[in-house]
Amino acid sequence: MPGKLKAKIVAGRHLPVMDRASDLTDAFVEVKFGNTTFKTDVFPKSLNPQWNSEWFKFEVDDEDLQDEPLQITVLDHDTYSANDAIGKVYIDIDPLLSCEAATVISGWLPIYDTIHGIRGEINVLVKVDLFNDLNRFRQSSCGVKFFCTTSIPRCYRVALVHGFVEELVVNEDPEYQWIDRIRTPRASNEARQRLISLMSGELQRKIGLKVLEMGGNAVVGYLQCFDLEGESGLVVRAIGTACTLDKLSPGTAPNTTTHTNTHTLPNTAPTSNACNSPSKDSKEPVFSEDPPHSLSGPPTPLRTLPSSSPPPFSPSKPCSRQSSSSDTDLSLTPRIERFVSSPGVFLCPSSPTLSFDSPSLPSSGLILCSIGSALRAYTPPPLPSVQSEGSVLRKTVSFSEELMLAASGMGSGGSVGKEAGPLKTLLRQHTQSALEQREFPIFTLTCFPPGFLVHVGGVVSTRSVKLLDRIHNPDEPETRDAWWEEIRQEIKSHAKALGCHAVVGYSESTSICEEVCILSASGTAAMLNPRFMREGCLDTGGSDHRLSRQPHPGMVGSERGEGEVSSTWLGFEDASPPSCGFVHIPYDEFNMPFPAQLTYCYHCRRQKVPDVLFTTIDLPAEAEVTGKGCLIQARLCRTKKKAQGEVNATSISNLLPFMEYELHTQLMNKLKLRSMNALFGLRIQISVGENMLLGLASATGVYLSALPAPGGIQIAGKTPSDLSYDQHISTMQKRIDDTIAKNKELYNIHPPKLFTLDPEAFTGLNTECIEEVVGSPIPDRQRSSRLFRSTSESSDELSELDLSHGKKDAFVLEIDDTDAVEDIQSLLTDAPIPAGFYSCNTEVMPGIHNWTSGLQMFTSVRVYRLSNANLTNQGLNKIFTDLCENLLKSLYFKLRSMIPCCLCHLNFTVAVPEEELIQVAVTAVAMSFDKETQQAADKALTRGSGENEEQLQFSMEMCGESTISNNQPTAKPSGVPESAMVHSSRVSSSERCSPLPEGRSRSLRSTRSLPCGAPVTVVKMTPLSFLPGTRIVKYLGIINMFFIRETTSLREEGGVSGFLHSFIAEVFAMVRAHVAALGGNALVSYSMKECVFMENPNKNQAQCLINVSGDAVIFIRESDQEAIPPLLTSRQTSSTGADGTT
Amino acid sequence: MSMELDVFVGNTTIMDMEVYQLWLDGLTVSDAVKVRMDEGALLECEANPEVLTSDTMDQFRTFQMCERLLHSPTKLGSQLLYQIPAQNQIILIERYYEFDSVFAREVLGKKLSKGTKKDLDDTSCKTGITLKSCRRQFDNFKRVFKVVEELKGPLVENIQRHFLLSDTLARDYAAIVFFANSRFETGKRKLQYLSFQDFAFCAGQLISYWTIGAMGAPTVPDSMMEDMDVDLEKEFLNELKDLKVLVNDKDMMDQHKILVCAALRGKIKVYKLMEVNFKNLSRALINLASKLTHTKDVRDLFIDLVEKFIEPCRYDRWTVAEITLFLTHYTNAAHCLGTFRHQMIWDRYMGVIKSCILQMYHE
Repeated sequence: MPGKLKAKIVAGRHLPVMDRASDLTDAFVEVKFGNTTFKTDVFPKSLNPQWNSEWFKFEVDDEDLQDEPLQITVLDHDTYSANDAIGKVYIDIDPLLSCEAATVISGWLPIYDTIHGIRGEINVLVKVDLFNDLNRFRQSSCGVKFFCTTSIPRCYRVALVHGFVEELVVNEDPEYQWIDRIRTPRASNEARQRLISLMSGELQRKIGLKVLEMGGNAVVGYLQCFDLEGESGLVVRAIGTACTLDKLSPGTAPNTTTHTNTHTLPNTAPTSNACNSPSKDSKEPVFSEDPPHSLSGPPTPLRTLPSSSPPPFSPSKPCSRQSSSSDTDLSLTPRIERFVSSPGVFLCPSSPTLSFDSPSLPSSGLILCSIGSALRAYTPPPLPSVQSEGSVLRKTVSFSEELMLAASGMGSGGSVGKEAGPLKTLLRQHTQSALEQREFPIFTLTCFPPGFLVHVGGVVSTRSVKLLDRIHNPDEPETRDAWWEEIRQEIKSHAKALGCHAVVGYSESTSICEEVCILSASGTAAMLNPRFMREGCLDTGGSDHRLSRQPHPGMVGSERGEGEVSSTWLGFEDASPPSCGFVHIPYDEFNMPFPAQLTYCYHCRRQKVPDVLFTTIDLPAEAEVTGKGCLIQARLCRTKKKAQGEVNATSISNLLPFMEYELHTQLMNKLKLRSMNALFGLRIQISVGENMLLGLASATGVYLSALPAPGGIQIAGKTPSDLSYDQHISTMQKRIDDTIAKNKELYNIHPPKLFTLDPEAFTGLNTECIEEVVGSPIPDRQRSSRLFRSTSESSDELSELDLSHGKKDAFVLEIDDTDAVEDIQSLLTDAPIPAGFYSCNTEVMPGIHNWTSGLQMFTSVRVYRLSNANLTNQGLNKIFTDLCENLLKSLYFKLRSMIPCCLCHLNFTVAVPEEELIQVAVTAVAMSFDKETQQAADKALTRGSGENEEQLQFSMEMCGESTISNNQPTAKPSGVPESAMVHSSRVSSSERCSPLPEGRSRSLRSTRSLPCGAPVTVVKMTPLSFLPGTRIVKYLGIINMFFIRETTSLREEGGVSGFLHSFIAEVFAMVRAHVAALGGNALVSYSMKECVFMENPNKNQAQCLINVSGDAVIFIRESDQEAIPPLLTSRQTSSTGADGTT
Repeated sequence: MSMELDVFVGNTTIMDMEVYQLWLDGLTVSDAVKVRMDEGALLECEANPEVLTSDTMDQFRTFQMCERLLHSPTKLGSQLLYQIPAQNQIILIERYYEFDSVFAREVLGKKLSKGTKKDLDDTSCKTGITLKSCRRQFDNFKRVFKVVEELKGPLVENIQRHFLLSDTLARDYAAIVFFANSRFETGKRKLQYLSFQDFAFCAGQLISYWTIGAMGAPTVPDSMMEDMDVDLEKEFLNELKDLKVLVNDKDMMDQHKILVCAALRGKIKVYKLMEVNFKNLSRALINLASKLTHTKDVRDLFIDLVEKFIEPCRYDRWTVAEITLFLTHYTNAAHCLGTFRHQMIWDRYMGVIKSCILQMYHE
């Protein structure tokens, strides 16, 4: 009996009238947990009963505590007939099981009925007394903390990241059981709600067990999904990242808030410390910035880090002058996987067998069709230009050969390394030992502690089409497990092909239509700093690990690489600025997994970077961005013939590669149209319907200062002889050029021209030359290389595009290609965002820092009926695009009172609920920011070098060793062109509007900010992991709720819109009430994972299922003026420090 | 292609107060869209008619769903369904309960019954206010009336407490409740020139000075507290009979006249006419007072005032200033009558009558 659950029913209010005669209600309450039920007395004739019950006590296993919800039913007593149920409240006990979360649940909770909605409220008190469980073989995992947040929660520091955890449970769906024919809809809905609640409890418990096994104490980035497979059952699955988190003491807590969120919060000591570190100790590699460490006090991260700093070597720049290897690519991603997977067969015997040509039918009757099949993906692209096809094919082949080479090299850890230098090999081995031993080096995080992310390779994704069949034995969900296993294996092998050992920003999703199911997974291939991962069970012993974190002043080099690492190397490495490291390619330059244009990093000039970078993660806090970002969407609609079973599955899997390809092309075009070079938070959703497939890709485009400027878009015609045709093309071209120019203005993208320095000059370390360069125009050679770089590989039509033919200025669209026409259409039909608005789908918008506390989370759902069944693909595309554009327009209009504001974390979900219906659901948060301070900040920054001088002084004071070099920018002590760098710090900061002014604007704002005297009942909700201008002081537990609402009087409830509107409002209300009952005042990382809407207007019926989740937190307003000056200071130092060392 | 479903739900309920007004005015969605377009809504945020329609529909739906809560405004603060900032809640309620005085004037003094509600389409035609809006306003009157009717304590405070209305609006509602309860005659042709504000002012005067609550609650025993604001004080009305002495006692009447004339001589242009009419005017006011024990005559208070006093004065072209002067001296002179002992009652009566007459004395 390791737990005692106690519940007390206090009162009810606003109850519905249950007795028509008296217009009153005789209410009583049943409290049920497991199989035990208690009842309160009947409180006669009142709509506001006061029960004030005794404490009902349940003595239960903690296993049950985790699985079961506390079920409270409010009933109306009826002497003569059966008691009528008024409604229910399910309370998840889980938050009470962790000592660090909530201690009591107390408050008014809405009483919910699946037919009538919310019917009054009930005031309850729930507590748990947990006894210590010493049983080693326990089945419970009480105390493991769960977070939906995909970053390290504020007010915690991460000690270790253990890695991927997943679990899946299946059951029969009560809605499809025989008994459903004879029971009421209410009973059926309640059975379903209860079952799902049970299943998610069980799932969480099982995941918790896995975490305990790994030695962790928390799951971050917990993502739980339901697959309503209909006849074949109900699947609840979850993935997450197991971590060991240490709670920060309240004093230090505020500091953590910043590290992922430097933009919104005043910078804090740790971060600055962190950023600063490189300059402090010139031998220290980039990674030293680990706020948690610095916070923790004694164990100074700075020293120790080097030991764990293998990543520095990773890129192996030292040995190979420019030939250094790490490059990343990115853009190609979708394509990559296609390439990858086919070779994957050769490369990775361990990966699941992929049957490309003929979808095999395993005994379970499923079709496995990986879209990875390279040839299919490639050959069929709907390119009318036959001539190019041949070359494309040829090319493909060659790539895969390269890929094979690269991959095999990696696998053995030898061949590539030789070429690139021993260090690289070392790194590979090192990280391999840490990561590759695990089955899935996969992380659901999208934001990382500084230093965690070393390099980013690009997006990896996999889709697989399956045929569902009944789950025969719910206790052994092996088929589903196996499906996901295959997918993850494939993801892993894709990452390998990109020269990466891990996948971050990982997520999984499904789309189900009848018996066909598309399983999708995507993430970002990355190189990680293994320091965060070495754990007892892996190569390095726990004690070792611990040691490495102790301050060892003498231990400067890396524990492994030390021997080989020459001091020059260290110096070199050290010079690599932290803000650009992640864009450096992780794969080998000479064995690129796909064709990409590499250039020297525009920031550090030492490492190769790709021309475009696609990722699924959030913009790293340290990334330097020019201008602002914006939401970029690619939308696609493809018709498909209605079919059954295998035929259907095959046709879908045949369509998928085309869709991915086209979505990718669209994204690329739109990115270039906005003059940006990187995508973050990329999410591609493909939904299947009976007669069509919908594809929607959303991402936030930015201009990364470290990547080359994108070339324009050039339209080329095939029949140049025709005059009118030429004219047509030139008008198009002009429109596109105008749009690009306009967008540059709009997003404030003015890359610093000064920095186009010749990389050769750098390596030569010829300082004189550099000084010249700073003031003088770009060297010729660089110019040519710029031209070269701007070509993009992404269009297949450009068969002639290859490395030898590099003088192309722009991305070329051939107009006589029907696809291209479509592309151009979609490019130019995207409506501009109204003035005062910005939008992104990531956590924060680059370039906007001074958020006010104005916040509005919202969900908008639209369903469109396609009246014309015989639409062409193009017609459908147009409709679909218009839907999305109009929806966005409506959102802007609706939120116009918040201008200037940014829609953050815009999350679109598309579905095809029925034939000819398209459903689009959007959840996002609108956050207003302060325009005046923003401008003031911009001005202050651009004011000139005076400001810079100040910053430098700070850095002097703070970092002793680097003082000299910083103090005399014109000198070149380390051979690194300081003058250039100082410059860069200024320019970049003006663009980012970062350090100093940010501090200022913040202090301005904080004086203005409202006191926290808002009514207690207000609960804020946001899909982000933070609330601007506030500090999260406590995480109270995860909120994960599933509701069903059904009506048989649709018209009376205001039709489908009225029905859904009130249901969503009810869901929000219940979420808020539960957060408040836990003692919280906000829900962060909110997401609506499921919104399944079904209607039958003829029968006047509708049903809707909604699943929401998030982290309940307590936040306090940042009104503490005191904290700001020191933070300001440190922020300044941090930035200068970081830049200074470069 | 058609939009089948279109909803927008914010964690904080978004309410556009301009659209709210259109909804309160009883416009249909398409009419509201037209109005908004005319007002230039399309210029904002690059909107198009589609966006505007969607927004208007959504807002209307939101208001409709909130309407239930607005019926008992105190619930709005404690309900969990919609998170509405306190500031907005106040505005929502206030606007919902605001009414067109033209409409209120029509309904004033009528029984707030189903029968009256059925006649609302006539009222709607007459006033040009949409039927929907008329119904809402009527229902508001009725709702407030029903809630307050049974309650003890000061009327205005009760209304404020239960409906969270501003002071001015609560006073207007008090007037409506008061009129509906006492069923004052307001519909006669001769009274048509009076506005709602005129009556509301008079009602305020009556509530303040002629009801039980008016004379300081502490002296009134608890059992008597009921309806203390809604009904006129019976005792007071009975005592008004004593004022008859002012017209019945010839000496007193003459002396009263002499005093008034002495005070007004040379000060008003209509002095001559006043001197001639004094007895009629005085008799009119005193008779009015003595009749108020009958419910029927209470109802006719305003028509009597108009017929017996205001019309004669108006015929003689008295100015407001002259009436003010006359009534002031008429009231004060009574104090100088040695034999007149009902000073308290007299002041209480004349205070209200004077301010009512002054309010009502216009074209």
